Amino acid sequence: MRKAIVFGAAALAIVGAGAASFAEPVNDELVIDGETKIITRAKAPEGSPFEEVTSGWLYRTKETRALEADSFENPGMLYVERGEEIWNMAAGAAGKSCAECHGDASESMKGVGAHYPKWNAEAGKPFNLELQINACREANMKAEPYKFDAPDQKALVTYIKNQSLGTPVAIDLDAGEMRAWWEKGKEAYYTRMGQLNLSCASCHEQNNGKYIRADHLSQGNTNGFPTYRLKQANMVSLHNRFRGCIRDTRAAQPKAFSDVLMALEVYVAWRGTGLSVETPAVRQ
Amino acid sequence: MRVQMKNAVAGLAVSSVLLGSGIALAGTMAPDAVRIEDMELSQPLTDTAGDPARGREVFAARKLGNCLACHANKDLSNELFHGDVGPSLDGVAGRWSPAQLRAIVVNSKTVLGEATVMPGFYSLDVGADVAEEFAGKTILSAQDVEDVVAYLTTLKQD
Ligand code: HEC
Ligand code: HEC
Ligand code: HEC
Repeated sequence: MRKAIVFGAAALAIVGAGAASFAEPVNDELVIDGETKIITRAKAPEGSPFEEVTSGWLYRTKETRALEADSFENPGMLYVERGEEIWNMAAGAAGKSCAECHGDASESMKGVGAHYPKWNAEAGKPFNLELQINACREANMKAEPYKFDAPDQKALVTYIKNQSLGTPVAIDLDAGEMRAWWEKGKEAYYTRMGQLNLSCASCHEQNNGKYIRADHLSQGNTNGFPTYRLKQANMVSLHNRFRGCIRDTRAAQPKAFSDVLMALEVYVAWRGTGLSVETPAVRQ
Repeated sequence: MRVQMKNAVAGLAVSSVLLGSGIALAGTMAPDAVRIEDMELSQPLTDTAGDPARGREVFAARKLGNCLACHANKDLSNELFHGDVGPSLDGVAGRWSPAQLRAIVVNSKTVLGEATVMPGFYSLDVGADVAEEFAGKTILSAQDVEDVVAYLTTLKQD
């Protein structure tokens, strides 16, 4: 039996791992604040290696799961609040706020985040929310683009994604050249990399449900991002997570928003088709 | 040699520089000179006999073997969190000979098959885009491997 341990940085949460005999994802339902039903198990899209796609929430401890189910307890909600402030704040030489053009985010951004990444014809590549926000800042606000993982970038993305809470992930692979990017992402997903010679699939497909040291391996879906990580006591963006997983194989880390990470984002988001957006999800 | 070994326990970066592959120390078989045949490697990688006590440390250390990431092992039940990606190594000495255990640790694929997720700990047959600090280097030094193999041969209890 593993002992539960308490991480200082996140003393509110007891993060432990069950014994190997609890290795399967739990049977539990996620309803946030008793109102918003979250789809944590969905029939896999055609072509998926799985029959069922499962949310990372099902692989976390009871305590961590409870934090996500109650938005007053969820530390990620502070970033949603901060995101709302930024939304309404004028910035850049044009003196405009997001709200001036987009109005009330609970209407204009409802469901939007569930369909990202999305083809951007002008740029000729898929855009995630980070790239779309930077494009608006540069073209529409005459403001500097955010640097990767700037706290305001994470807060705004968290806020916009949160407007899709509960909406199933569905990305449009028929737009532009999305299929070619999907293919490229798939190839990257199955490529063994680094000194440890592991692919994404080595952990999240071949061994999901197993423990790697203290970590219960999920399918590695993206529906909860940005996620609040108890270990880091901070919001973690998707490309930060990708880079962390790649670093753990002892491979060189591609830059955030590089073509290979954008291709992975397209492919991995597709693998989680049908799961509800959970942002801000809580993870260990 | 022994002084360098201590460094290897202290930090992988140091151990890789001093002992990592490529640099063939006197009496040490370079990784590309290793020949595994019929799932066996009977010739030790170094002249110094494996030390099971030190092998136990290399086995557990997160920056060295980190074998507990994927394997449970009752002998190390004082360590928290044993993974279950691979089988428990209790009694492994009864399932494989020392020459087979050496082959598994050196280059797992030669024994467990191409598809195994177990890393090769003394092999340059690695994945794509290895990070600069690890490029051209093996995960463990030759002596680390000998020590781990000596330790594995003590795991007789199921
Ligand atoms: C001057 C008006 C203007 C401002 C200010 C502005 N945007 Fe936009 N935004 C647009 C327009 C026009 C589009 C749609 C066309 C396009 O893609 O450029 C858009 C598109 C978007 C989209 C994509 C919506 C979808 O359905 O895919 C998002 C997300 C977005 N903006 C977020 C923001 C955020 C966040 C800010 C503040 C940092 C902001 N915008 C500031 C005009 C603006
Ligand atoms: C050595 C094993 C390993 C490899 C290889 C690996 N990951 Fe992970 N990954 C983990 C662990 C451990 C976690 C945290 C627990 C979990 O959700 O599985 C994680 C979490 C994730 C998450 C967050 C899931 C959630 O619900 O919050 C995503 C997304 C992810 N990984 C994607 C990837 C991608 C893409 C790759 C390949 C570039 C990859 N991983 C390679 C071990 C790995
Ligand atoms: C990333 C996971 C991983 C790590 C790390 C790992 N192994 Fe393995 N190991 C496996 C898997 C998986 C198998 C089973 C063969 C298979 O399914 O590919 C295995 C099999 C073995 C076997 C054969 C066991 C038997 O009973 O048949 C031995 C011995 C072994 N490993 C030793 C080690 C040692 C020693 C270390 C550390 C130096 C280590 N492993 C690190 C995944 C791992």
